[in-house]
Amino acid sequence: MSAASETTYTPTTKVGHITNFVDERVGGSGILREFGRKVFPDHWSFMFGEVALYSFVILLLSGTFLTFFFDPSMAETHYDGPYVPLKGIEMSVAYSSSLNISFDIRGGLFMRQVHHWAALLFVASVSVHMLRVFFTGAFRKPRELNWVVGGVLVILSMAAGFTGYSLPDDLLSGNGLRIIDGVMKSIPIVGTYLSFFLFGGEFPGTVIIGRLYVLHILLIPAIILLMVVVHLFMVVVHKHTQYPGPGRNDRNVVGYPLGPVYAAKAGGFFFIVFGVVALMAAAFTINPIWNYGPYDPSPVSAGTQPDWYIGWVDGALRLMPGWLLGLPMEWHIPLPWGVNTLSLNVLLPALVPAGIVFTVLFTYPWIERWITRDNREHHVLDRPRNVPTRTAIGVAGFVFYCVMWAAASSDLIATHFHVSLNDVTYWLRALFFIGPVLAFIVAKRVALALQRKDREIALHGRETGRIVRLPHGEYQEVHAQLDEYKRYKLVGYESPLPEAGIPNAKGIVDKKEKRRAMLSRFFFEDRVAPATPAELEAGHGHGHHEAVEAGEDTKAVSH
Amino acid sequence: MGNHSDGTPTSSDAVAKAGQNEVEKFQDPGLPPHRLRLADTDPRAAKRAERQVAALFVVSAIGTLLFFFAYFGIRLDDTIGTLRLQNLFLGLGTAFAMLGIGTGIVHWARALMPDHEVSEERHEIRSEEDRQAAVKIVDDIVDETGIKRRPLIRNTLLGALALAPLPAIVVFRDLGPLPGDALRHTMWDEGVRLVRDPTGTPIKASDVTIGSAFHVIPEGLNELHEGKLEEKAKAVVLLMRLNPEELNPSAGREDWGYNGIVAYSKICTHVGCPVALYEQQTHHLLCPCHQSTFDLTQECKVIFGPAKRPLPQLPIKVDAEGYLVAQSDFHEPVGPSFWERG
Ligand code: HEM
Ligand code: FES
Repeated sequence: MSAASETTYTPTTKVGHITNFVDERVGGSGILREFGRKVFPDHWSFMFGEVALYSFVILLLSGTFLTFFFDPSMAETHYDGPYVPLKGIEMSVAYSSSLNISFDIRGGLFMRQVHHWAALLFVASVSVHMLRVFFTGAFRKPRELNWVVGGVLVILSMAAGFTGYSLPDDLLSGNGLRIIDGVMKSIPIVGTYLSFFLFGGEFPGTVIIGRLYVLHILLIPAIILLMVVVHLFMVVVHKHTQYPGPGRNDRNVVGYPLGPVYAAKAGGFFFIVFGVVALMAAAFTINPIWNYGPYDPSPVSAGTQPDWYIGWVDGALRLMPGWLLGLPMEWHIPLPWGVNTLSLNVLLPALVPAGIVFTVLFTYPWIERWITRDNREHHVLDRPRNVPTRTAIGVAGFVFYCVMWAAASSDLIATHFHVSLNDVTYWLRALFFIGPVLAFIVAKRVALALQRKDREIALHGRETGRIVRLPHGEYQEVHAQLDEYKRYKLVGYESPLPEAGIPNAKGIVDKKEKRRAMLSRFFFEDRVAPATPAELEAGHGHGHHEAVEAGEDTKAVSH
Repeated sequence: MGNHSDGTPTSSDAVAKAGQNEVEKFQDPGLPPHRLRLADTDPRAAKRAERQVAALFVVSAIGTLLFFFAYFGIRLDDTIGTLRLQNLFLGLGTAFAMLGIGTGIVHWARALMPDHEVSEERHEIRSEEDRQAAVKIVDDIVDETGIKRRPLIRNTLLGALALAPLPAIVVFRDLGPLPGDALRHTMWDEGVRLVRDPTGTPIKASDVTIGSAFHVIPEGLNELHEGKLEEKAKAVVLLMRLNPEELNPSAGREDWGYNGIVAYSKICTHVGCPVALYEQQTHHLLCPCHQSTFDLTQECKVIFGPAKRPLPQLPIKVDAEGYLVAQSDFHEPVGPSFWERG
């Protein structure tokens, strides 16, 4: 390209000169041409991914500052800094250097608080972003792999948070590690060894902070960065999804060009996120480690909470009873070489709920694709109400998570509402099982009701609140018809019918197909069909527009 | 088909049906017409927006100055109050600096940059042709290696590849020592005095009044130079005194206490938090981590929560000078369960 451009292109402007200089040496005008005006759809719910990215950048910046002052050593020292209540107290160098960052380094406390608030925001925005993707069906083909990358990022973000939380080696973080140690020891066969290898011997040992430090500032951020790059690369390859609406379909992208509007909004938004984090760090104390004291295996105070994203695992540990109806949940198994101990009371809550959540999370795009046999590419998002069953599954999962999360605060709930702690636990145990089921039913009904309302509005317009008297005496409320653009937003969706199992070559519907047919019924049985032009034309004013139960009517929708 | 509707105008219930689907759908009306903003038509509104953006950038500059004022102007003394104050102003300065720029740019983009939504075609991610070519290339490569025709090479290679990563796992072996019987012993032994945590002063039986509780460590723990926290994490004990008739010792444990004074491991048998809360009236011990509740009158049996095993009891007695001492180590491992525990 250079030979041609040298001879044919003579820049006239200053920008042109610079562009030409760069392009003649490394090329790049091709990239700019491709991306400079690339179209990005805009919607408030697309913001969460951006918040996640920006808070990660803030973490990198503030974390790097902290590394210049933090010392991850567990050697013993006596505090001689300015904070009087801890003067002369024995503690680890890690804890004392965290105190120094807070008290001796100007802006150090601010940086710690920025780092911690940004961490909370990071995990929160990653999680909410994931919910957005789920509920709008953005994980569908061709974006399944990016959904998986996102799932890995959720796990990594929690790991980053936990390893960071442990670094200051204060009383609370040490207790968190103690719980990790206990959970690890419950793993059959290898648990004790894992614990001894991780801690370099018996808990707490003298190496764990250093090891977590390497994970926290090197390994985990590096993998997160790599995953973020892969994630964004795929977003560019796929181009962003868009919400349904007039003029938007699976073959186009409607939105603002990257330059200048989109880039300006997104770039400006980085500063806003930074500003909000700075505001929180200015006004709200987070993790005042000087109040907790150094780690000591003996004291602990009630009502202390882990960072929010660890809550659900901690809550699961609380919900599991050690004895269930008089049966012990820890078993002593006689084996030829002796008796071994299996602590189901620890192992099950630590592994099973997280196992369920992440298994469903990672496989869901394939499960849904198998049930619906929908192998098309989707670039237009679903409005959550228009896919009632998926939405209900998502809400059920969310409630499942929230029950565990609430359980992590069972003691605070009990003291706050003046009820017995045991009762709170019993209720939460029941909710652990019933909650998701109820949530599924309610969410599905709500979605169907919203669809019905959409249908009503598409056909009869919006209620204006104006009542008129008709010539024959009847009173009626005037409905304002929608314009065609608004109407299209309400009717432009698909509502497939359940599908019967497909016979194989021998003409038999095999077991797997039968199961698929059953799931298809589960998915699509309750449905509200989009309004049609014929109905609008017929324009009968007072029909009842109920959901149609498809029942045995199992014709497939042509895709 | 039951009485389900067929989507004809005679029925208000509509079902989208195969085949009819396309005809019966509303047609996409296309992008709505573009609406102009005030600033697009009114030069005065545009000028106003311009000034607002500039004002926000000025706010940012003031924020940066505020940061410097807080950094150099507020002198840290030894009080938390000044630290908080400095933190507040450093934070407010940064927040204004950032929010000013951010909101300024966003306002600029919204009010003054073209807000015309445009539509762009999506391209195929890949062409059919490319894919066929790629498959062919892979096939050719595989074919040229001859790996399918020479299973001996393939199998030995797979074997070697399966073994080669093992050293990368084994090399981590020295991360820590093997557990051995470390989890089965604590510092407690016959005659070791029970001393207060953290001061290390010994406890006379007569100091322990009914209803009181002591946080206890073994004598000598504070003087350890190495492994202090590790020993402490196993050896901490709660010492309490009840009316002797309220205790119900099982056979063989009648003499593990002294006049109603009993000592139990403070390390929760669930996952190891210190069981630090003693409810005097009910004689319950509560673990603050996950609320396992142990009943002192039933040898610390679990009466609620996720723990399964009772807290191990430390057998105690009184030495010649009237101080409380251990009779022996615990009779079982303390703390969370582990596979080899038995
Ligand atoms: C990737 C996402 C990250 C998350 C979620 C995260 C989270 C955390 C959290 C919650 C803390 C405890 C802060 C406190 O209250 O003191 C922490 C501490 C720390 N983090 Fe991070 N962090 C991340 C990335 C990084 C990076 C990239 C670095 C360095 C390059 C870093 C360096 C540090 C240091 C040095 C500390 C200890 C400082 C102290 O506690 O005083 N972090 N981190
Ligand atoms: S550690 Fe005591 S209840 Fe979990």
